Amino acid sequence: MKNNVVKLMQGNEACVEGAIAAGMTFYGGYPITPSTEVAEGSAEKLPRVGGKFIQMEDEIAGMAATIGAALTGAKAMTATSGPGFSLKQENIGYAAMAEAPCVIVNVQRHGPSTGLPTSPSQGDVMQAKWGTHGDHPVIALSPSSVKETFDLTVRCFNLAEKYRTPVILLLDEIVGHMREKIEIPSADDIEIIDRKKPTCAPEDYLAYGVEGDELVPAMAGFGDGYRYHVTGLVHDETGFPTNSTEVAQTLITRLMDKVEKNVDDIVEYEEFMLEDAELVVLGYGGNARAVKAAVRKAREEGLKVGMFRPITIWPFPEKQVIELANKVDNIIVSELNYGQIALEVERVVKGATKVSHIGKINGEILTPDEILAKIKEVL
Amino acid sequence: MSSQLIQDTFRMNKLPHIWCPGCGHGILMRGIAQAIQNLGLDKDKVCVVSGIGCSSRAPGYMDFNTLHTTHGRALAFATGVKLARPELTVIVITGDGDASAIGGNHLIHAARRNIDITTIVFNNNIYGMTGGQYSPATPTGDLGTTAPYGNIDRPFDICNLGAAAGATYVARSTAYHVNPLIKYIQKGIENKGFSLIEGISSCPTYYGRKNKKGDSVNMLKWQKDHAVDVKRAEKLTEEQLEGKFLIGEFVSTTSPEYTEEYQKIIDRLSKER
Repeated sequence: MKNNVVKLMQGNEACVEGAIAAGMTFYGGYPITPSTEVAEGSAEKLPRVGGKFIQMEDEIAGMAATIGAALTGAKAMTATSGPGFSLKQENIGYAAMAEAPCVIVNVQRHGPSTGLPTSPSQGDVMQAKWGTHGDHPVIALSPSSVKETFDLTVRCFNLAEKYRTPVILLLDEIVGHMREKIEIPSADDIEIIDRKKPTCAPEDYLAYGVEGDELVPAMAGFGDGYRYHVTGLVHDETGFPTNSTEVAQTLITRLMDKVEKNVDDIVEYEEFMLEDAELVVLGYGGNARAVKAAVRKAREEGLKVGMFRPITIWPFPEKQVIELANKVDNIIVSELNYGQIALEVERVVKGATKVSHIGKINGEILTPDEILAKIKEVL
Repeated sequence: MSSQLIQDTFRMNKLPHIWCPGCGHGILMRGIAQAIQNLGLDKDKVCVVSGIGCSSRAPGYMDFNTLHTTHGRALAFATGVKLARPELTVIVITGDGDASAIGGNHLIHAARRNIDITTIVFNNNIYGMTGGQYSPATPTGDLGTTAPYGNIDRPFDICNLGAAAGATYVARSTAYHVNPLIKYIQKGIENKGFSLIEGISSCPTYYGRKNKKGDSVNMLKWQKDHAVDVKRAEKLTEEQLEGKFLIGEFVSTTSPEYTEEYQKIIDRLSKER
C-alpha cells in the first residue's frame, strides 16, 4: 500500500499540487477570475518548498517574470483567464522564440472581452494556437477532471522541459472550480523530466546549437557560468540576432519541428465506446463529461454512439481523427464555443465524414440531454 | 586600439555597434561596463536585461548573461530573474520610451517593491529605432515625426517618477558628465534595493536634426552647459535655473529589499516545519 494522499479539492487546487509535484519553484502572475485559486495556492505553497511567488503588476509582467525565472533554471508557471491570456500573448511568443520552458494555465471563461467572468467557456482554444504573432510551436492540454488536472499539470512541466517551449494547460471554469476526490500519487510514482543542461566548456557553448538530428538545444541557466545572450529576434545558434533569411528559415523550421516531429509523444486522447460506433461525439475539457453522459444514455437506447476526447488539444490529434472519420458516419463536435474545434475537425477530415457542431455561448454548460438530442437529430 | 576595459567586458566579435555616429549611447554603455569592472563583479553573476529600442541593443555587446526582451518589459523579466536567483547582480538598460511609456507600469512597481535591480535609462528624448517619434521625454514644443506641428504632451521627469514610486537610489547624469555617471551606477549597484539612474543621451540623427540642435558635439556641449548639479542648484535663483536641468543624486536611502523580505518568509516557514 503506497502512502498516497486522498483529498477533496478543486481543479485549480489540483493544478497547484501538480505543479509543486512537477518541481515548480517560481510563479509570477496577476489574479483573475476564475483562475485565482491557482495564484492563491501557489502563494501559500511555494515558499514552503523554498520556491518563489510574486504577484506582478499585470498579466504581461506575470508572463515576463515567469520567463525571466525560467532562464535562471527555475521551473516556472503563471495562470490566468480569458482577458489575461490575451495580455500574455506577446510574451508567450517570446518564450517560444527564446525557447524558455514554462507553463501557462488558462482557466477559460466566457468572452469576448470581460464577458461573463464567472461562467465557463471553451472560447480560447484558437487563441491558444493563434494568439501570438508569427509561426511557433504550440502545446496545449485540456483536462476533464480534477485528478487529470493534477496529472496534466505535471505533464505540462515535463513537456515544457523536454521541448523547451511554453506549454498551455487549457482548463475551463467547470474543471477549475469543480470539487472531486483525488488521490495524489507519491513522489516516486511521478515521472519528472528536467531540461537538458550543457556539459561542454562555457567557451564552447552554443546556446541555440543542436547536434545532429536533435531539435532541442541544451539550456544553461543564467548564473551557471555559461554567459550567453537571449533575444526574441531571429538568432543564430550562438543566440545573437541576425537578419539572415536563411537563419530565420532554419530557426523557425526547427522550432516547429520540435512539436511536429514529436506529435506521437505529445498527443494524448481518450476513446469511449468506439468499437462499433457509427456516430462519434468529440468533446474535451469539462464539457466532455456531459458528452460521456450523453453517450451512455444513447447506448442505453441502443444507439451506436461513442466519444473521442482530445486530451492534447494542440497539436491536434489529426491522425486519430482521420482514422475515426474513415470509420464513422458522423462526428458531432461538442464544445462551449461557436465552433472552434469543429472547424479544425472539418479541416482535418476533409469531407471523409459528416461533421456537425453543438455549442453554447451563453455562459451555461451543455447538458447530456441537449447533446443526446443533437445525436438523435444527426442520426 | 581597444582599451582593456572593452576587451574585458565586451563581446569583441559583436562590435562595432549599430548606433548612429554621434549617438550618446556608447558612452553610457561604457559607463556601465566601467562601473561593473570597478566593483570587481564576477561576470558570470551579472545579468543585463533590456527591452526594445536603440538603448536596448546594448546587452548584445556586453559579455555577461544578457537578455533582450519585449518592448517595455525588461523590468518584468528582470524581476523574475532576480527573484528566482537573488545572487545575480541584475542591471536593466532601457530607453525613455521603453521605460516610461510602454514600460511605465513596470517601472513604478519595480520601484515600489524596492527589488534589487539597477535600472539605467538612456534618455535621448525620442524614439530612435522607429525613426524619431515623440516619447514621454520629448520636451513640449519639440518636433518628432509624429509631432509634426510640435509636441503638446508634457514630458515626464523620469527621476521624479522613480523617486515618487519608491526607488531607494535615484540619480541623473549625462553622456558628457561620464565620471559622475560611473559613480552613480556603482552606487546604484551597491544599493540593496531599486536604483534608477537616468543617463541623458543624445540622438543627433533624429531628435537633434529635426529640432536643429546641431551636431553631436553641439548636443554634448548643450548637456555640459545646461546641466546643474542638484546641490549647486540650491544656491541658484529660479531665474538662473531657467532652461537648465538637474543632475546629481536625488535619492539615497534604505528600505527593506524585496528578495530579502521574501527569503525571510522562506526561512520562517522552514523553521516551522
